[in-house]
Amino acid sequence: MFEDKERKLCIICSKGTLDMAYPGLVLANAALMEGIDVIMFFTFWGLNMVSKKKMNTLKVTPMGNPSMAMPNGMGIPNILGILPGMTDFSTSMMKKEISKLDFPPVDEYLQMISDAGGEMYGCKMSMDMMKLTKDDLCDEVNDVVGAMEFMEMSDGAQIIFI
Amino acid sequence: MTERVVAGKALQFDEDGFMANYEDWNKEIAEELASEIGINPLTDRHWTVIDFCREDFVEQGDSPTIRRITSQSGVPTKELYSLFPKGPAKKVAYVSGLKKPTGCI
Repeated sequence: MFEDKERKLCIICSKGTLDMAYPGLVLANAALMEGIDVIMFFTFWGLNMVSKKKMNTLKVTPMGNPSMAMPNGMGIPNILGILPGMTDFSTSMMKKEISKLDFPPVDEYLQMISDAGGEMYGCKMSMDMMKLTKDDLCDEVNDVVGAMEFMEMSDGAQIIFI
Repeated sequence: MTERVVAGKALQFDEDGFMANYEDWNKEIAEELASEIGINPLTDRHWTVIDFCREDFVEQGDSPTIRRITSQSGVPTKELYSLFPKGPAKKVAYVSGLKKPTGCI
């Protein structure tokens, strides 16, 4: 049960919405709690998860998402999604539900993963495209690397793309 | 369910390999279980975590999550991972004589 495993997990985060940020964070942390090495790679909109400016203002929108419902299970008609304020409304709803489960906000989650030994890398190509530098990313990010370096790092690892 | 002698006491272990009866636990058992999984000796900081988990288990009826331990026992994440390296969630519960934790955080 406690034999030393050499298991390694790479999680590629490519989305910048609140609902797509949490799966990566939850899985990374769960893997570390289980004794599995973790590398997180942030690319495209996933960089918002580690951007100092944006990490705590990620949003979720009901637009084009027929699964979205109120906490009481009542659906939100898609057409209402275009109303001003709907995105902020659904974001604050989801944040409330997340904190009820004792899951921390994004910045605290990243800190926890980093303290637990998880490594984090920003994607160089996406950052060049978005005119971002390492200073724009939170301190938990270890480095900025290219796709080929990522391939070296993820050698032998299981990979999850989100 | 299997039976095994630990620290001179016959103990029941559940199918996950964790102690089946919380009450059978004592400090000598904790020390032996810890040394079995490579944690030796147990320091005061280990005991802070173990004592918190056992108290919390009585109150909550479940093994505490890592998030609960780090936010309420006074032992931060980094230290917890150095006290119980490579998978602290299960290791803490195992040494504390509690069942396998099931929380996601």
